[in-house]
Amino acid sequence: MRGSSGQPAAGAELRLSGVTKRFGEFTAVDNLDLTVPQGSFFALLGPSGCGKTTTLRMVAGLEEPTEGLVLLGEQDITRLRPYKRPVNTVFQSYALFPHLNIAENVAFGLRRRGIKDVREQVAQMLALVELDGYDKRKPASLSGGQQQRVALARALINRPQVLLLDEPLGALDLKLRRQMQLELKRIQTEVGITFVHVTHDQEEAMTMADTIAVMNAGRVEQLGPPAQLYDRPATTFVANFLGQSNLVAAEVTGRSGDELLVEVHSRVLAVPLDRAAVHAGAVWVGVRPEKISLVQAGTAGGAAVGRHNVLPGGIVSDVSFVGVSTEYLVRMPWGQELTVFAQNTGDRSPFAAGDRVELQWGAAHTFLLDAEQDSRAGVQDVATGEPAPAGVGG
Amino acid sequence: MSLAAEVGPAGPTPARQPARSRSRRSRRTALLLLAPGALWLLVFFALPTVQLAATSLYDPSGSLETGYALTFHWQNYLDVLAVYRDQFLRSFLYAGIATVLALLLGYPLAYAIAFKSGRWKNLMLVLVIAPFFTSFLLRTLAWQAILADNGFVVDSLKAVGLVPTDGRLLATPVAVVTGLTYNFLPFMTLPLYASLEKIDHRLVEAAHDLYSSAFTAFRKVTLPLSMPGLVAGTLLTFIPAAGDYINAELLGTPKEYMIGNVIQSSFLVRLDFPQAAALSFLLMIAILVLVMAYVRRAGTEELV
Repeated sequence: MRGSSGQPAAGAELRLSGVTKRFGEFTAVDNLDLTVPQGSFFALLGPSGCGKTTTLRMVAGLEEPTEGLVLLGEQDITRLRPYKRPVNTVFQSYALFPHLNIAENVAFGLRRRGIKDVREQVAQMLALVELDGYDKRKPASLSGGQQQRVALARALINRPQVLLLDEPLGALDLKLRRQMQLELKRIQTEVGITFVHVTHDQEEAMTMADTIAVMNAGRVEQLGPPAQLYDRPATTFVANFLGQSNLVAAEVTGRSGDELLVEVHSRVLAVPLDRAAVHAGAVWVGVRPEKISLVQAGTAGGAAVGRHNVLPGGIVSDVSFVGVSTEYLVRMPWGQELTVFAQNTGDRSPFAAGDRVELQWGAAHTFLLDAEQDSRAGVQDVATGEPAPAGVGG
Repeated sequence: MSLAAEVGPAGPTPARQPARSRSRRSRRTALLLLAPGALWLLVFFALPTVQLAATSLYDPSGSLETGYALTFHWQNYLDVLAVYRDQFLRSFLYAGIATVLALLLGYPLAYAIAFKSGRWKNLMLVLVIAPFFTSFLLRTLAWQAILADNGFVVDSLKAVGLVPTDGRLLATPVAVVTGLTYNFLPFMTLPLYASLEKIDHRLVEAAHDLYSSAFTAFRKVTLPLSMPGLVAGTLLTFIPAAGDYINAELLGTPKEYMIGNVIQSSFLVRLDFPQAAALSFLLMIAILVLVMAYVRRAGTEELV
């Protein structure tokens, strides 16, 4: 161990500068600029094929950038061989060595660097991932979750400056995945090493990461803390990929103080100026489904505190009860179906399909996006969890 | 042993009545499936082996015409060992060298086919097997032509000074070992290929990620994981090579004769059956002992 308190020696941030990776005609990563602060839990989030794994492999040294630089602190590691980098990876498939037992798997990196007495460190590491007593077992005799933790221990024991995690929880079932998310976060806090986590699971990214970079088609769509990305998506892709959004076509008509006024099918809505990605012309008005309250037709605005946006004339077209909440689909007069999540607080009786309703939400939760963008970009297909093909709907 | 470990946990399941009858039925199915092969081996392997053992203990004073008497004449073994010790040792020496050479040639070849051949993979595999389309005998005869005293190989080697001007290749130990190596190369290459091909490339990447240079990654990951193929390949090469007599016959002289040549001539030329049987048995036992020592040392049961 380099630091006495288990902290990595150098406080080095990871920086990608103008990194491009092309495979033949295909551009996997397109002029990417990223800075990952030392000690942070950084998530690269995006659908499959967005270039996130390629980015990770370029940091690991398993792939060489076509253009651009990979820097660790002041050191240029762009062309450095993977085994010379102070970077370790937890592979998606774990890639544990099947011919070595757990202790030897974990000790592999230390031994390659000529460290002879590894027993104590291996024991410490196995304790950290709660696998004490498994040292003599072979990887094949462990469950998926256990193998995952061995892979983590095998990488962490080297005290890398950056730990790369390539969809490390992808092969686990939902319950175990939740548990491992918390576990990973705990370990990261404990060891203080920079984690760069690649995932296509937005919930996973939001649960664990301090900072998320949402990637799409080889570029970063938006970068920031999870709450900020969720609250103020900058593109339709982020609005749809991170959670769900209702996007309604609108036109900016004017301005009132620090709010923009937009017209939606002859209703005027207000949007805070700092939540608008564009300030004129055709736009998408966006609001998250859980921010909307459903009220009976004609009663909107009654108990409202502060500035509210109201869209009347909806008819409930679908109700699905999911326990803690109820999800409604509401058909608007212009034919579009909007989604509303209502917490089942028990304060009022649920609506039924066919009920006439009005949609109401705080103006401060509204956001504006460029109408040039595809309103369905990044929408995830519920059945497969994969994003729907681009350009569907509009 | 890994098989036993895998099967093990299934044993102590609660022995309820239906489970037991099911396991009895599955055992009967297993026996039925084994029966044809077992019968075949009994008639064409076990019985002849017993007959061979008996023959090796016949009184050597008998002959085909007068018949043989089973006198448990153990002296047969000591006699053949004393007379043909050189041929025995030469067999193992030549087979050993040929195995090592085949490994040195076959490993890079199998590695290249498994990892580097891309879309040429199938073609290359066919080329490895292609020699089997002609007979063993013909291929060895072809080597006779290749290594002939006035052939281009000898001429070229003489030109660069690797063979002295009055030297030759044919009828030397070099020719015999070359022939053995060539003839058994596919038996080395194919199991190695099968083992290497199964190796997940991500394991090698993981090794690189964990501070292994290309060479260390090979030594610590690829090589150990290819051990099953390596053991199978060396056995498939060494065992038939040790008993081979065609290569020594066609590419060597009586000075290069191996134990196979002696067995062949005592069975078919000199018609000394007790001696031939004793030689065969000795060869079988020697190979068995060597193979067991080797497999134990290579520790294949440790591998996945």
